[in-house]
Amino acid sequence: MAIKVEHELHERRRGRNMGVGLLLIGFIAIIFGLTVVKVLQLGEAAQFEKFDHVARPQIVPQEGEN
Amino acid sequence: MSDISIQDTEYEANMGDYFALLKPRVMSLVVFTALVGLLVAPVPVHPFIGFVGILCIAVGAGASGALNMWWDADIDQLMKRTAGRPIPAGRVTAGEALAIGLALSGFAIVLLALATNFLAAFLLAFTIFFYAVIYSMWLKRATPQNIVIGGAAGAFPPMIGWAVATGGVSIESVLMFALIFMWTPPHFWALALFVKSDYGNAGVPMLTETHGRDATRKHVIIYTLLLVPVALGLGLTSIGGPVYMAVAVLMNAWFLKGAYDIYRRDDAACEADNHAVEIAVFKVSLYYLFAHFGALLIEAALRQNGIGGW
Repeated sequence: MAIKVEHELHERRRGRNMGVGLLLIGFIAIIFGLTVVKVLQLGEAAQFEKFDHVARPQIVPQEGEN
Repeated sequence: MSDISIQDTEYEANMGDYFALLKPRVMSLVVFTALVGLLVAPVPVHPFIGFVGILCIAVGAGASGALNMWWDADIDQLMKRTAGRPIPAGRVTAGEALAIGLALSGFAIVLLALATNFLAAFLLAFTIFFYAVIYSMWLKRATPQNIVIGGAAGAFPPMIGWAVATGGVSIESVLMFALIFMWTPPHFWALALFVKSDYGNAGVPMLTETHGRDATRKHVIIYTLLLVPVALGLGLTSIGGPVYMAVAVLMNAWFLKGAYDIYRRDDAACEADNHAVEIAVFKVSLYYLFAHFGALLIEAALRQNGIGGW
């Protein structure tokens, strides 16, 4: 007997699966949006540019600066 | 057997059934009052953070609704009003409702803490606990005053909205809480006086059935009298103003007159006009809450433009 890729269950649960999918997309959008807003609220970029494992000469304090 | 067979004879719950677990109508009131609490606060909130805050409060309220339906499934099936809910109607299992309630509670509380602050998240957690445990599990079946204390759960949202913005609790947010808290009993008992309920069959004590309708009428007028100073007092705080005060005076006079009319009636009069007065007062109670919170919103808008307030 051939393997049926589409089971009747898939049809029956289509709405539910779509709903779960949309909820997940919404969740990702919320987390992404929150991240953007929270990071931008930090103000000056130097505050959050320090830990990207790349040398960033522009954030190294100059002599005389504290 | 070459095919997977999974319960293909049973009803498959759809998204609408799960959504119904969250009591969408209650949620809409929660969203409205929480939004007012957030918008009237003196601290501006980034619109997206405000949106996430309100979403978390709404989801938290919905989660407590699902927990309530899980716990009350046995009595829901005995009452006509609730027999069509997803669990008693057999569309969702009690276990699913419990899982959804717990998962959404956790999601809403954690996200609110991360997006806003810990006080707001704590208040939301307490609200869910209060509604699911203190009200549903404990008081609802134990005392006819259930509606009074249970009303606290519905009164928290503006306080949480305020906490989202300010990170604190203040006299304004406490009075917004008190306004809904004191409003709930007369609102609900006006309804109980004209709706033929079957709470008795389900063993849930309701004032109209345990103490009679005359005692309920007395309770309506007493709680309305206690509500008036709270509503007017809110107008004297920093979020009040002349517009709010005018609305409050008008609505309180209207509600108080209705409560007094109810108090003066007896069962014969109620039967004679088919509960016309009780129905009218119930409607007034709905306008009452909407008008107060709407007026707070107007005051906030006026303040932003340099007018309004005291």
